[in-house]
Amino acid sequence: MATMTYLQAISSALRDEMRADDRVFVMGEDIGVFGGAFKVTDGFFDEFGPERVIDTPLAESAIVGTAIGAAVVGMRPVCEMQFADFISCGFDQLVNVAGKMRYRQGLAVPITVRLPSGGGFSGGPFHSQNPEAWFMHSPGIKVLAPSTAEDAKGLLHAAIRDPNPVCFMEHKHLYRRIKGDVPEGIYETPMTARIARPGSELVVIAYGAMVHVALEATEDLDGASIEVLDLRSLVPLDADAILDSVARCSKVVIVDEANATCAAGAQVAAMIAERGFEDLDGPVVRVASPDVPIPFSPPLEQAVLPSVERVREACRELLAY
Amino acid sequence: MVGYAAPASDRGGIIEDSKSLMLWRRVAVEIPRAARESVRTEIPPRALNEGEAREMATETAEPAVAATPYLELEDRVWLLRSMLLMRGIEERAMSLYRQGKVPGSFYDGYGQEAVSAGAAFAMAPEDRLCVLHRDLAAHIIRGVTPARILAQYMGRDTGITRGRDGNVHFGDWRLGCVGMVSMLPDMMLVATGMAMAFKLRGERRCALTWFGDGSTSRGDFHEAMNWAGVQRLPVVFVLENNQYAYSTPLDKQFAVDPVHHAAAYGFAGVSVDGNDAEAMFEATRAARARALAGEGPTLIEAVTMRMHGHAAHDDMRYVPKEQVEQWRKRDPVDRQDSRLRELGVDVDALRAAVGAEIDAATEEALAAPMPDPRNATADVFAVGEAEPMGDGQAPWSGFARGAVS
Repeated sequence: MATMTYLQAISSALRDEMRADDRVFVMGEDIGVFGGAFKVTDGFFDEFGPERVIDTPLAESAIVGTAIGAAVVGMRPVCEMQFADFISCGFDQLVNVAGKMRYRQGLAVPITVRLPSGGGFSGGPFHSQNPEAWFMHSPGIKVLAPSTAEDAKGLLHAAIRDPNPVCFMEHKHLYRRIKGDVPEGIYETPMTARIARPGSELVVIAYGAMVHVALEATEDLDGASIEVLDLRSLVPLDADAILDSVARCSKVVIVDEANATCAAGAQVAAMIAERGFEDLDGPVVRVASPDVPIPFSPPLEQAVLPSVERVREACRELLAY
Repeated sequence: MVGYAAPASDRGGIIEDSKSLMLWRRVAVEIPRAARESVRTEIPPRALNEGEAREMATETAEPAVAATPYLELEDRVWLLRSMLLMRGIEERAMSLYRQGKVPGSFYDGYGQEAVSAGAAFAMAPEDRLCVLHRDLAAHIIRGVTPARILAQYMGRDTGITRGRDGNVHFGDWRLGCVGMVSMLPDMMLVATGMAMAFKLRGERRCALTWFGDGSTSRGDFHEAMNWAGVQRLPVVFVLENNQYAYSTPLDKQFAVDPVHHAAAYGFAGVSVDGNDAEAMFEATRAARARALAGEGPTLIEAVTMRMHGHAAHDDMRYVPKEQVEQWRKRDPVDRQDSRLRELGVDVDALRAAVGAEIDAATEEALAAPMPDPRNATADVFAVGEAEPMGDGQAPWSGFARGAVS
C-alpha cells in the first residue's frame, strides 16, 4: 500500500499499463514535454519517449478518431481531453464511430478517453462541465467515474484492459484534494457500485466528487443512519446494488454535479421508480445543478453546484417525510 | 478567361507530385475563344475549370496502352472483373430495391467503379482500408462474396453487418476493411490512426481511405490531413471527386482546387482520371510506395462523375443532362472492356461468368434468413480480449509474385 492523491493514482495506473503492455500509449494536447495541463503524464515523455507519449495538434476529433484507428489495428490508446468539456469537439468520433462499431460491424474498439471533469474552482462554463450523461445515452460506450484514489487507479486499469470505448471521468476537484491508500501494482476495480458508508434509514446515491459531498453532508445528521452508495460506474450501471440499498434504506436522495435534466441521477431515479417502487417509503429526491451553464464567479458557481448544505437539507426533509 | 495547360502525359493522367503539380499550374495560359467553345462542348458544364481541363489529357491515350508497367494481363482482367461485379451487383440490388426487397434506400457507385477497383487493387493483404459507399469494388477485391453483399443490402442475417446496418455501410474487418459511418469523412481519421499505429510499431504497412468532394468541407478532413502531414504517416487519402455532394456542385463546396490541400498540409497531391482503373491503380501504387518509404501521406484526387442520383429516390434533376451524356462516353467499365478486347481477351465470356456468379449469389442471398429479432439488443459491447483486424485478399500479381512488399 502507498498513499497517493487521486491524481497520482491515475498517473500510476497509466504508467503501470505502459510498462506492462507495449500496445498502450497516451495521446493528447500538451501531455508530452509539458506533462499535461494537470500533470497527469508528468515524466512520461522521458520514460516512454515521443512515440508513446504523443503531443497532438489541437484537434479533439482527431485525437479520438486516430485512437480508434490505432485500436482496431491492435493498439490500446489512452486519449486525454485537456478538459472534459472539449469532448464535444470529438463527440462524433466517439459516439458514431467508436460507440457503434462493435454492434454494426463486430469490431472491438478498445480505447480509453480520459475526461477531466467537474467544477468548484471557477473554471467557468467551458472548464467545469460533467458530460457523462451524453455518453450514457449513446450505446456502446462505458462510463466510469471514480471518487477515491484506490478506485481511480483500479478503474483506469479496468478501462484500459476493457475491449470497448471507455469514458473515464476524472474529477479535477479531487485531483489533489483526495488522498488514500492504493494497493501496489496492477489491479482492476470492478465496474460496480461501492457502499462508501453503510446505513439503514436513507441512502444517498452519488458518484465522483459528489460522493465526498454526500459523505460530509451525512456524517452526523441528527444521529440518523445514512448510507452513501458510490456508483463508480455509470455504464454499466449497477442496478442490483442500487436496488439493494433502496430495499434496505427505503428513502433515496440522488446527487449529481451535472445539470439536472437527463443526468445520470435521473436515470437512477427512473430505474428505482420502475423496479424499486415497492421498497420506497417516500419520494425519490434529487439534488443536482440547475440547467444553467456553470458560472465563473465564486458566489454564482457555489449557488449552482450541489453543496453539503443542500444535500443535508434534502436528507433532513426526506427523513421527516 | 484564364485556363491551365496540362502537361503532355503518357502516364495515364497522373501528375507525379504536388511540387510538379504546383509548377505546371502556375503556368496560366490564355485559352483562345474557339478552344474554350470546344472545351464547353467536349466536357460537362460543371467541369469548366482547371481541374476538369487537365483530365482531358488522358482521353487521347489509346485504350490498349497500359497506364502502368506494373500490371500483367491477368491483373487488368481482374480490374475489369471487379468492376463488372460491382456494376452487376449494384444493378441487381437496384432491381431488388424496386421489388421491395431492399429496405431503406439504395446507394450505388455507377460510373465510379474504377476509383475503388484501381485503388484497392494496389493494396497489400496487411494494408487496411476504410471504404466509402460508392466503392463496392474494394470489398470485392478484398474478398467479400457477392452473396454476402446482396444479403447485406436486403438486411439478411448472412450480410456483413447481420442486418445491423444497411446498404454499403459495412466493412469486413477480417478482410482488413472498416466500414464507413454516415458522418463524412470520419474514416479519414480512423485511417490516419491506423497509419499512426503502423509507424509506431515500425511496420511496413499502409492505410487507405476514400471520401468525397463534399467531405473536404468538414473539419475531420482538415484534422486528418494536418495530422498525417505533421507525423508523415503512411496513409493514402483518395478524394473521390464525383462533381456533386448530393445536389451540391463543386463551386458551392470549395473555392480552391481540392488537390491543392495536399500542398497546404505538406505532402504530395496528385490528380488522376478517376474513370481509368489502371491510372487509379498506378497512382495508388505510387502513393503506397511513398508511404512505405517513409515519405508520408498522399492525397489522390480521383476525378469522376456520379452517374446516378445520391440514392435511389433521387432523380438527379439538378444535373444537366449533357453533363451525364458526356461522362457516359468515358465510362470506366467500357474503357477497360475495350482495352482488354484489343488485347484479345474474351470479355464476353468474362461478362457471362460474372453474370452467372451474380445470379447464383442472388439466389443464395434471397434464400438467406432474416435476422432473429431476439438479437436486436445483442453485441453492443465487446467481451473478452479484442480481436484485431485480419488481412484481406490482394490479387495483384505484384504481391502474388513477391515482387512488391
